[in-house]
Amino acid sequence: MGLSYQCCIALGIWGEVNVIEHNAKIVIELDNVVKNFGQQRVLDGVSLQVRAGTTTVIVGASGQGKSVILKHMLGLLSPDTGRVTVFGHDLAKITKKQLSEIRSNFGVLFQNVALFDSMTVYDNVALPLRERTTTNEADIRCNVEEKLALMGLEDHGAKFPAQLSGGMKKRVGLARALVLNPKVVFFDEPTTGLDVSKSNEIYRLFFETQARLNYTAVIVSHDVPKIFKLSDYVALMAEGTLQSCMSPESFQLSDNPLIRSFVLETMGPIYSSEAEESLLYEAF
Amino acid sequence: MNLIALLGRETLHVVTYLGRFGMFLLTTLYCALLPPYKIASIMRQVHFIGAQSLFVIAFTGLFTGMVLSLQGYYTLAKFGSVGFLGAAVSLSLIRELGPVLGALMVIGRAGSAMCAEIGIMRNSEQIDALECMAIDPYKYLIVPKLVAGIIAMPLLTCVFDVVGIFGGFLVGVELFDVSAGAYFQGMYSSVGWNDIEMGLIKSLCFGLLLVWICAAKGFFLHLERGGGFGAEGVSRTTTSAVVLASVSVLVWDYLISAVLL
Repeated sequence: MGLSYQCCIALGIWGEVNVIEHNAKIVIELDNVVKNFGQQRVLDGVSLQVRAGTTTVIVGASGQGKSVILKHMLGLLSPDTGRVTVFGHDLAKITKKQLSEIRSNFGVLFQNVALFDSMTVYDNVALPLRERTTTNEADIRCNVEEKLALMGLEDHGAKFPAQLSGGMKKRVGLARALVLNPKVVFFDEPTTGLDVSKSNEIYRLFFETQARLNYTAVIVSHDVPKIFKLSDYVALMAEGTLQSCMSPESFQLSDNPLIRSFVLETMGPIYSSEAEESLLYEAF
Repeated sequence: MNLIALLGRETLHVVTYLGRFGMFLLTTLYCALLPPYKIASIMRQVHFIGAQSLFVIAFTGLFTGMVLSLQGYYTLAKFGSVGFLGAAVSLSLIRELGPVLGALMVIGRAGSAMCAEIGIMRNSEQIDALECMAIDPYKYLIVPKLVAGIIAMPLLTCVFDVVGIFGGFLVGVELFDVSAGAYFQGMYSSVGWNDIEMGLIKSLCFGLLLVWICAAKGFFLHLERGGGFGAEGVSRTTTSAVVLASVSVLVWDYLISAVLL
């Protein structure tokens, strides 16, 4: 699994840190995916590989199609051309039942969490277990309480989503995403609308749960530069396509003009040498 | 050229719309046949569509029967046939007004709520969340509502008819001194099983129709022309669902009557 050393320091998490396995099995692959909404081309030949046990982060400005990529991986959208392969299955060529089987390995934390308003926190987390498994109610209770305790929500099971703060809703969403111990977890803007301390709390939970459950993570975010500390691979979504997928260190020093422009806009200048920095000042 | 393009676009829109609704119904009916059968969810929906509509159905039925009796009495009195009041009230209610007005009231009370609920779930990505959890939204959300609609509507229609006949009795017998025996004898001798059957068939069809249209409008909220997003989108779609379902009930009422009569 791919917890980076930097992120452990940043968030005060200590313990065994594994080396990224660059040759790990590919669990999700997008091959030249094109998607149009009406006359507008949102994805223009997107290709990406997500490897088992790693954390891949897709960054980019709002409205660039980051969430659309995620929806293709989840099988919620189909590409106009190109191919999306998950666990070796081309999503365009499988039955609804097979897609359902694949999705049972997924956990998703939606941008607006998508909790069921009319259900309690407990019932929200228990829903996948009740609907997808034949687990009895006692085991469901045990599992749900464990996940709620992991999220620090053990006293909030009887509350409704409307009675929770934004950060607590995110934690409930994460508990629900993890309740079936998924192989891949998708995070769509996991810290949107949260303050710094609540964002850090979500990231801490992400690290803890990934270390414990060893899942592959795909994160869509524009929480730069903090998100770099979480990632094994970073890809920039710009102009309808992914501008390469590389380690966060390489990303920050990339020569790609779009990546460089994005890094400058979001982080300020990062220079590989003093000479380069002085050149920038001369330009002004 | 623009006119031809417009005509083509509109035709495609209508065909797509009908196809989407048709596939929605077929998928729901197919899912309804597959186990597991969600009895608890169905009972909850029967309670929502049926039990919680009882008051409004009874109230509407009572006053419909009363006004039928009032109008019927003056009309029949002109021909000296007030003895047929019971038959006129009961036949009108059982064959026509019970199923139709009952369905219209349920559309207003439960159909609109159903459309808004599913529409909000679509807007807030709850339906996407279900799909991502490998939970079939048709099976989980739509099937219990459809089955409940088919169960609840005939029962509500029966309540409507009985209360309506009692309303007619109150006005005819208590207010205008029509003989109670004549009122019930007229009803007994003129209402046949085929009349009750027609009313029940209509109410079954309307139960399916109203859940189908209201649920599908909410389910495909994001595909509505002009965008169905936001509170305004939900309200606009709910309004159009109520209008479409109401008009469909009236159209189907004519078609079923034409076939069964």
